[in-house]
Amino acid sequence: MTASTIALKSRLPSRLKLREWAAGYFFAAPFIIGFVVFTAFPMLYSIWLSFNKWDLLSPMRFVGLQNFIKMVGDARANLGLYNSAFYTIIAVPIQLVISFTLALALTQKLRFRDVYRAGFYLPIIVPLVASAVVWQRVFHYEYGILNEVLGWVGIPAQKWLFDVNLAKPAFIFMSFWMIGRQMVIFIAGLGNIPQSMYEAAAIDGAGSFKRMLHITIPMMTPLIFYNMVIAIINSFQTFIPAKIMTDGGPENATLFVVLNIWQQGFQFFNMGYAAALSWELFVIIVGFTIAQFYMSNKWVYYEA
Amino acid sequence: MATVAALPRQSGSRQRMLDRAGLIFLQLLMTFILISFLVPTLWMVSASLKASTEIFQHPITWIPKDPQWSNYVRVFQVIPLAKFAENTAIVVALSVLGTIISSVMVAYAFSRIRWPGRNMFFSLLIATMMLPEVVTLIPRFLIFKQLGWIDTWLPLIVPYWCANTALYVFLIQQFFRGIPMELEEAALIDGAGRIRILTEILLPLCKPVIATVAVFALLQHYNSFLEPLIYVNSMDKWTLALGIRSINDSNAANWELVFAAGTVMVAPIIALFLVAQRYFVQGIAMTGFGGR
Repeated sequence: MTASTIALKSRLPSRLKLREWAAGYFFAAPFIIGFVVFTAFPMLYSIWLSFNKWDLLSPMRFVGLQNFIKMVGDARANLGLYNSAFYTIIAVPIQLVISFTLALALTQKLRFRDVYRAGFYLPIIVPLVASAVVWQRVFHYEYGILNEVLGWVGIPAQKWLFDVNLAKPAFIFMSFWMIGRQMVIFIAGLGNIPQSMYEAAAIDGAGSFKRMLHITIPMMTPLIFYNMVIAIINSFQTFIPAKIMTDGGPENATLFVVLNIWQQGFQFFNMGYAAALSWELFVIIVGFTIAQFYMSNKWVYYEA
Repeated sequence: MATVAALPRQSGSRQRMLDRAGLIFLQLLMTFILISFLVPTLWMVSASLKASTEIFQHPITWIPKDPQWSNYVRVFQVIPLAKFAENTAIVVALSVLGTIISSVMVAYAFSRIRWPGRNMFFSLLIATMMLPEVVTLIPRFLIFKQLGWIDTWLPLIVPYWCANTALYVFLIQQFFRGIPMELEEAALIDGAGRIRILTEILLPLCKPVIATVAVFALLQHYNSFLEPLIYVNSMDKWTLALGIRSINDSNAANWELVFAAGTVMVAPIIALFLVAQRYFVQGIAMTGFGGR
């Protein structure tokens, strides 16, 4: 064999290699096709749409930046952003405190821990549509269970979902019911903290409060951070409860971002404008996520 | 399990008694919180069996005085709940099946085969995790409209045959990594095809992870509301989620019917949870993911 044929052979992949490549593409085909058809193309299409005006009836019309200019001054859209931000900023920290506390409690030497864990987790698996129709009535002024219970301790009945000032707090309250996922993640994390750390601290004379402050919380910061990022992303995309329980009311107090996008798209048929609004939400969510990753360097403790 | 307060202490019986008192207090507190977490669900089930006069009565009764089992008969007459359940079963079964088959295939391609572009596509897969669904909401609708798929179940099923949930692919891939490569290299040399290797050697080994993925995918599709709301118009194609919403609108004053419909939708999921609890909990612990 001459030197040149060897060089040629090593440049061309062998038949065996080609077969392996073919197998690779074959098995990855569902993702590759799906990514192109259901993600990449829709995203490009959505960028194009956001520069157009289209009501599905008359032909699409290129309007340049008009949708984005409209968006900045649109009181309704800005209210949606405000509502979602309000909901997220208040609900998420309290959710984290509740789920972390429950997780801590469930790692103590209690009886029936599995029962508690299952019970706290259950609301997560109840289909959200069903939860929403129930909670809509939990908050009912006259016959709702919440006012009934508040009445036992002498708190006067409230109009909750019909009160402009209480509608968002009612949604926030409902979200505390659905912290099972965060709790289970925290429980798993607490179980991974080496027992020897606590023992060493106990020998050094650290009480349970100090151990908590100097071992448990620092060790858990990666998971706290993780849960926080996920919770913020999810909170910004709340849709089902708002659609079912209030449809954005009263006086748009629960018009959250995604509900507004849905209404623009599927009620008012402003396809281009709805696409522009969803890019706004995209930028906010991605911005939030990136900002948090930067900030996390300061307080999240990652084991070297 | 980590224990914080219950570490061994040397400070004598007084301390031990305090600890025990603390634990008893915690036990009571947890029981109280557990009950409050269960109240909405229990209230729904209880009211679904009440006469409407009993629902609107103060003070509230927990056990219906005269259980109205007929509420459940009525709700199946007021809305075609059986049809919705059937539709849901078909849509969920097909999309879960597609999720499993495609996720296993893609996980196999990413973890066991070398091919050009693998790293790029893997990065793209990770990137999709960060992508909020809502960005593709409008364009997807328009694409499906162009394809003539509106008012069919295709938009609810077909995308899920494309391994579009990165987390499921990760989970399965993680599992594949733990299986020694030699096993399939030997089979390859013996001339076995890759499909046979995957189905006969790898799959039997990863039943637990597939069960976890199946449980999560099932929940996800059973609970799905936004997609059916957008894509499915005709009532005879509705899923349970749309049915619940419609009875909530059409029979808003008949709480017992709304609650009965809700109970019908929730019951199978709770049954599944009780049977397959460990797959739920495992899955969340592994991925930090579940439900929605």
